[in-house]
Amino acid sequence: MSEIQMPRLSDTMEEGVISTWVKQVGDKVASGDVLVEIETDKAVMEYEAYEDGYLVKQSVSEGDTVPIGAVIGVIGGSPDAVPEDSGSGGSEPAEEASDSAGAEEGASAPAEESAPAEAPAPSSGGGEDGPRPRTSPLARRLAREYGLDINSIQGSGPKGRIVRADIEAAAKDGAARESAPAAPAAQESRPAPAAAQAAPAFDDGRDSEELKVSNVRKVIARRLTESKQTVPHFYLRRTIDAEALKGFRGQINEQLASTGAKISFNDLIVKACATALKLHPAVNTSWVEDKLLQHHRINVGVAVAVDAGLVVPVLHDTDKATLSEISTRTRELAGKARDGKLKPQEMSGGTFSVSNLGMFGVDSFSAVINPPEAAILAVGAMRQEPVVVDGEVVVRNRISLELSVDHRAVDGAVGAAFLKDLAEILEEPMRIIL
Amino acid sequence: MSVITYRQALRDTLRAEMVRDENVLVMGEEIGVFEGSYKITEGLLKEFGPRRVKDTPIAEEGFVGAAIGAAMLGLRPVVELMTINFSLIAIDQIINHAAKIYGMFGGQTSVPMVIRTPGGGGQQLGATHSQNIELFYSFIPGLKVLAPSTPAEASAMLRAAIRDDDPVLFLENLGLYNSKGEVPDDYAQPSNDNVATIGRAKVTREGSDITLIGYSRMAMVATQVAEKLAEEDISVEVVDLCSLRPLDRQTFVDSVKKTGAAVICEDDWLTYGIGAEIAASIQEGAFDYLDAPVRRVAMAEVPMPYAKPLETAALPSVESISTAIKETLSAVGKRVG
Repeated sequence: MSEIQMPRLSDTMEEGVISTWVKQVGDKVASGDVLVEIETDKAVMEYEAYEDGYLVKQSVSEGDTVPIGAVIGVIGGSPDAVPEDSGSGGSEPAEEASDSAGAEEGASAPAEESAPAEAPAPSSGGGEDGPRPRTSPLARRLAREYGLDINSIQGSGPKGRIVRADIEAAAKDGAARESAPAAPAAQESRPAPAAAQAAPAFDDGRDSEELKVSNVRKVIARRLTESKQTVPHFYLRRTIDAEALKGFRGQINEQLASTGAKISFNDLIVKACATALKLHPAVNTSWVEDKLLQHHRINVGVAVAVDAGLVVPVLHDTDKATLSEISTRTRELAGKARDGKLKPQEMSGGTFSVSNLGMFGVDSFSAVINPPEAAILAVGAMRQEPVVVDGEVVVRNRISLELSVDHRAVDGAVGAAFLKDLAEILEEPMRIIL
Repeated sequence: MSVITYRQALRDTLRAEMVRDENVLVMGEEIGVFEGSYKITEGLLKEFGPRRVKDTPIAEEGFVGAAIGAAMLGLRPVVELMTINFSLIAIDQIINHAAKIYGMFGGQTSVPMVIRTPGGGGQQLGATHSQNIELFYSFIPGLKVLAPSTPAEASAMLRAAIRDDDPVLFLENLGLYNSKGEVPDDYAQPSNDNVATIGRAKVTREGSDITLIGYSRMAMVATQVAEKLAEEDISVEVVDLCSLRPLDRQTFVDSVKKTGAAVICEDDWLTYGIGAEIAASIQEGAFDYLDAPVRRVAMAEVPMPYAKPLETAALPSVESISTAIKETLSAVGKRVG
């Protein structure tokens, strides 16, 4: 009899949703069989059994969320084996709701503590909620016992470490507040200030209902909020003449006609970005925790809209890939994204992103930076516009580009020089592949 | 109760055991006619004769091997190695024979022998004669390693070592021989059955702020530290490991669970030292009770210098241990002066 626990399937995962139980209670299970599909903060992933036996219990129902390490099911030696301890496990709703700090600690403490001096990796910088507070193990245990949220406590130890004295002071504080005859409605059972948030009321005259939120949506909400709140964006706009680009694309696709492959405008823009980034390494950087990181690889992410929300698969080493490789790979990743099958490594390590809403007829827009990247390019629709060329008004195909830039990492002039070269490359598209 | 030296406790207990059991014999360099480099065997040759008090050649491998053979055939030899540094010459006999025979030969014969040997720096004996290498033996299953720090413990533990059926490395310390302490009045009586339990550590002083762990000379120093800090209102709980193998983890883990912080002081080198094992055991046993990282105070990582000021600087001291304790307490919010 062995318990199956919610695995950690990505660096930034803290909890997972049981998407689909592939095996049902009573099913025979062989090592390597897919047991369950789990939705993480990034993707839906298959999770396999590590041993032979029978699935004797599903502790968590489909659609439910549990923290890493919580028991999700039990494999036993016979189909009708009874789990010894059916009441246990981290999947108890009460525990899950009140003790996310504890669950996080249990699952991540060994890995994190063994490499405390590790430099912040750009790929992992994005999905975090910010640095975890320094705490002594004793303080963490006491916080759990008192039901205090460790994130709401100020540490007094070295480098702000939260120690026993801080927890005891906070507990005393909370107890004092609780016993005081304060507002009659605020009769919370626990003294923790963070737990005192009332559940939002939906009988607000708008006939609202709460929708189930996917992990992807939660990640979008968290990361983009973090981006807009902490990254000082500035925006550079430029419209390019796309006549040459259009001709170039036609020529390439004619050549490729026999192979069935087809290059899109977006593929050309992605490749052009990689070429321009090579000329402007200062844009291929990240500002992470007061450090400026220079990335030596150029990994361009391409924003893809899927049912669950927005995902950004990454084309690693975009500068080294050929146009047809970029085209094939983008289509492959977009397909996986739509099926929710992107692996975490296929979504991490980006150094720059491209978001294209041209297909919706959007003229231009300002994109939110995908941290810890320093910039994102927003691409609008190609439009025929009257322009003045050599003193004459003529009709030309034009595309509007807007670059959102993190001012902590890249200054205006640097961003402008990058955008200038990017525009010129797209206007002389032979340079894309040179 | 009477107050005697650590040296006298050892000598009188050894004599009492020789009276009690005629199978007990002593052997080693200069232990008979000269009565021992540190006078632990004083008077024994006169009382028990050369059959049971054997002066040996300067050949540690040979006489440790001979003692193993004697033990296998039913005697209870107590070997004196003049210092633990010389055990290196006999290390193959100790590790590959004494420690292995019982297990490798299916329990046909045990090896009831004791190797008494002092370690310790601080005596200006130079790098090769000042080491604390009990770690080597504490590492080896099949051996028992005892390290008493007081006259009373020395007496009860030597009695336990002699009566135990396994090979025991009995660690003494040059810095402890002249230290004094209370012992029961009948400590020297052959009929005394005050036998220490091997593998049991002791809380030798209770406290609430921090746990200070040591053994042998460092347990004595730890007590001095606790006394000094008590004057500054710091309450230090002292744990004397007493036995390095078997190691009594429960006692110091329980103490750390109570105090939430620990400092380990050791007379050996920090890197891979005994303190590393203690610190690892603390985090395994008391992780959720630690309010600060475990600190170790150990010898400087150099071969022991001969010059007195350098030798003193290389050894852990009451001051350096007190500093580590105050820094640790300051990190858990107990502001100290």
